[in-house]
Amino acid sequence: MHHKRGGRKVSGVTLEHVSKTFGEAKGVENVHIDIKQGEFFTFLGPSGCGKTTTLRMIAGFYYPSQGIIRFGDMEMTNVPPHKRNTGMVFQNYALFPHMTVFENIAFGLQVRKMSKQQIKEKVEQAQKLVHLDGYSDRRIDQLSGGQQQRVALARALVIEPSILLLDEPLSNLDAKLREETRYEIKRLQLELGITTIYVTHDQAEAMSMSDRIMVMQSGEVQQIGTPHEIYNKPANRFVASFIGETNIWEGIVREVTGNEVLVEIHQSLMLKGYVENASSSADLSVGSKIAVSVRPEVIEQCNSNSEEYDNKVQCEITVSEFNGASVNYMCNVAENVQIKAMFINQGSRVKQSGESIAFQIPKESIYFVG
Amino acid sequence: MNLQTEPTRTLKQRRSLVSSKYFVYVLVAPLFFILLAFVIFPMFQTFLQSMQMEGSFSLANYAKFFSLEHTSNLEALWTSIYISVLSVITCGIVGISMAFLLERYDFPGRKILTVLAMVPMALPPLIGVLSFTFLYGESGIIPRALKELFQLQQVPFSLKGIWGVIVVHTFTMYTYFFMTASAAIKGLDPSLEEAAASLGANRLRVWRKIILPMLTPSIVASSLLVFMVSMASYTAPLIFGIDRTMTMQIYLSRTNGSLDMAATQSTILSIVSVLFLLFMRWYQNARNYQNQSKGVSVHRTEVKSKAGRYLAMVLSTLGVIILMLPILVLVLLSFSKDGTWTIQILPPEYTVAHYVALFTDADTWGPIATSFKLSSLATIGNVIFGVAAAYAMVRMNFKGKTLMDVLIMLPWALPGTVVGINLITAFSEPSVFSFNQVLVGTVWIIPLAYFVRHLPLVFRSTSATLMQTDHSVEEAARNLGASWWYSFRRVVFPMALSGILAGTLLAFVQGIGEFVASILLFTPSNTPISVEIFQRMYAFEFGTACAYGVLQVVLIIIVLFLSKKLTGDSAGSAV
Repeated sequence: MHHKRGGRKVSGVTLEHVSKTFGEAKGVENVHIDIKQGEFFTFLGPSGCGKTTTLRMIAGFYYPSQGIIRFGDMEMTNVPPHKRNTGMVFQNYALFPHMTVFENIAFGLQVRKMSKQQIKEKVEQAQKLVHLDGYSDRRIDQLSGGQQQRVALARALVIEPSILLLDEPLSNLDAKLREETRYEIKRLQLELGITTIYVTHDQAEAMSMSDRIMVMQSGEVQQIGTPHEIYNKPANRFVASFIGETNIWEGIVREVTGNEVLVEIHQSLMLKGYVENASSSADLSVGSKIAVSVRPEVIEQCNSNSEEYDNKVQCEITVSEFNGASVNYMCNVAENVQIKAMFINQGSRVKQSGESIAFQIPKESIYFVG
Repeated sequence: MNLQTEPTRTLKQRRSLVSSKYFVYVLVAPLFFILLAFVIFPMFQTFLQSMQMEGSFSLANYAKFFSLEHTSNLEALWTSIYISVLSVITCGIVGISMAFLLERYDFPGRKILTVLAMVPMALPPLIGVLSFTFLYGESGIIPRALKELFQLQQVPFSLKGIWGVIVVHTFTMYTYFFMTASAAIKGLDPSLEEAAASLGANRLRVWRKIILPMLTPSIVASSLLVFMVSMASYTAPLIFGIDRTMTMQIYLSRTNGSLDMAATQSTILSIVSVLFLLFMRWYQNARNYQNQSKGVSVHRTEVKSKAGRYLAMVLSTLGVIILMLPILVLVLLSFSKDGTWTIQILPPEYTVAHYVALFTDADTWGPIATSFKLSSLATIGNVIFGVAAAYAMVRMNFKGKTLMDVLIMLPWALPGTVVGINLITAFSEPSVFSFNQVLVGTVWIIPLAYFVRHLPLVFRSTSATLMQTDHSVEEAARNLGASWWYSFRRVVFPMALSGILAGTLLAFVQGIGEFVASILLFTPSNTPISVEIFQRMYAFEFGTACAYGVLQVVLIIIVLFLSKKLTGDSAGSAV
């Protein structure tokens, strides 16, 4: 039996302890994930973290040095790229410059030796899907960046791949178009129910689109989880600071009473939080060093004259930033201890640098990372 | 291909030949074999020959070369170096100042000069030298005209000897400097100068600290190039009668039948050339100021003062005349009746008979047909080899990549004379590489020489276009299910086609104009055009010789025009 091309056969992807080295250089180390059928899964990390390397191993452009790759229950570890039936959208789109829009989209179908009629139908259908009907005869260089992007998407989807691979597909678009295309990709993915692996360094993109995210740094997996988990329960300092903005302070555990922990960041900054809000790598025994992460948006402003609350901070504003929707304050608590706080703009007066301000940090918003 | 039914198959079965990581060696092995057979083996044979004296190992040839009693060889080496150094200096001055004038200033006649500046490229080596002797030689048109005009006893000046060689070199080789310097000046980001100026640097300082350092790599690269080409120059010394150059010595040794000495001289010249090639590669890798910014535009300063404009006009007219004269004189002479031009300034009688004869007379048509045949054969080889090698070098990783790169560029560094001698020593006896045939004296030896000499042309232009095309495009094709061969055919080849065609045309036309190796290897039944021109010259059939020359020049101009069209268009457009 030949590889079944007709009818979409969506499969999940499993990477079992996959590592890749390039000569001496480490590419990725021990990636172990199980991407479910129909899932939108994102590899997130700074450039050089190994996310693209991992994607290229799934596409078949690299073969792992160790480990096994499976699509569904089929082993794919060393299958050449053209026999994997994945649809990939490249960062620079990689459209064939010598072919028209139609020919670009038809390429994969021609490879599959479909009849002319069938190809025409499918290509037209794909063009409709990405709102490019009527562009058949355009040359690639006559298209805008956003249109090229959609041709690339149509070309990848038309072959009815079992997995859709997207390698930073939005990074060459301007901000507004990026947002539009983001919704478009998500819409298509939901509509087609296709397993999608998305590579990006943009955490906002990752957060808004993904079912699950794998955060990577220098070839190693840092955390795998839903956007909610990754944001609210970061596994370590890197994840906490890479995803969204955060205050990270180092301190020493002073007291543990019941489910409450008291950490000293500085003589003038003692913070209380709950034991359960700690990553697995955090050591909460008295006297141990620990890092505390507090998101700027959880900080509340309070009256500096009122009585002492838990986690009350008195400080001086060094930078005040008005962004329209929000106000950001950068403040000095003590020497070498800064605090970033963010407030939704509700029309009240924006404080200026040099003024003093008092904050309160809710106990439940304090997260201990290792 | 039943991937789904047998999930537990072993890896070996699954990998086809093409997707194996050893596939690359299947592709590069024939390439290495060809380089071994036609570049390394002939060079090595020449080297062996140079180490022999009457059949046994001896360094006598080298002792003779460097002996202080018969200094002709050392003199030749010295003269070659001396001519080359002077050529570098004169070409540098002419080429760089022209590049600056044309790229930085706007003046009447700039556009036409920019086009004509490349004319010397259109002259095959032999034609360039010949038209110079017709124009400026002792019985040349200009000296005779001046003598007549001013009623002098003798011609006031004439081009001869070493200075003749250097003038011809300057005219034909300044384009190397001109092209690289123009490209470098075009690539200079004006904002760099503006940045320097805004930081308080005055004009002189900007020049010393910004412009010159940025141009240094291209100046050094073209100096090395011109030096190499001058060392390899054979036609100019031949026509101006400078016997004491390396290339002429090799030719003379060969015609005198002392192949040992020819081999020794070739080996020494090869060593010099190869050292220069390696030095050049090293330098280009060590210093590379690629411009970081995109969309650069040079602003030209308009020459505004009246005096300046007149001066510019006079000078550019002069420039246009100097650049056009060689071709004009060639055309003029091609219409002159053979044997009628003796002591007059210009040929007295004209006819179109030579052109008619070119295409109707079997004797005259013969060399043209021969040249087309020989060059086509060589070009077919160049295309197959060049495209495969360019693909391997740009897109694949394999052990010995640097070696292959050097080996491909090697024939380009070797003087044509040396290539000729190498092939003679290697293939005057049967060998494995020639299927146990003697190739010297057969129809195959000249195409082989053209093939070797023009090896880098298709390779370079193809790899240049391949480098511009994104690798991910090929990956996209593979990802969509195309096999390696399918994506090569449908994606890689069409995208590189403009470069392949440009290189092919260039290789072909170079073969048509080739003289240096042909003169060593031709047989009476296979006489290419250039050799025929040379022979007609000696028979004082200037008209016919020049008609051949015009044909060569026309072909070259067509090809240059086409390849500019081909490569000038954006890489994306379908060809």
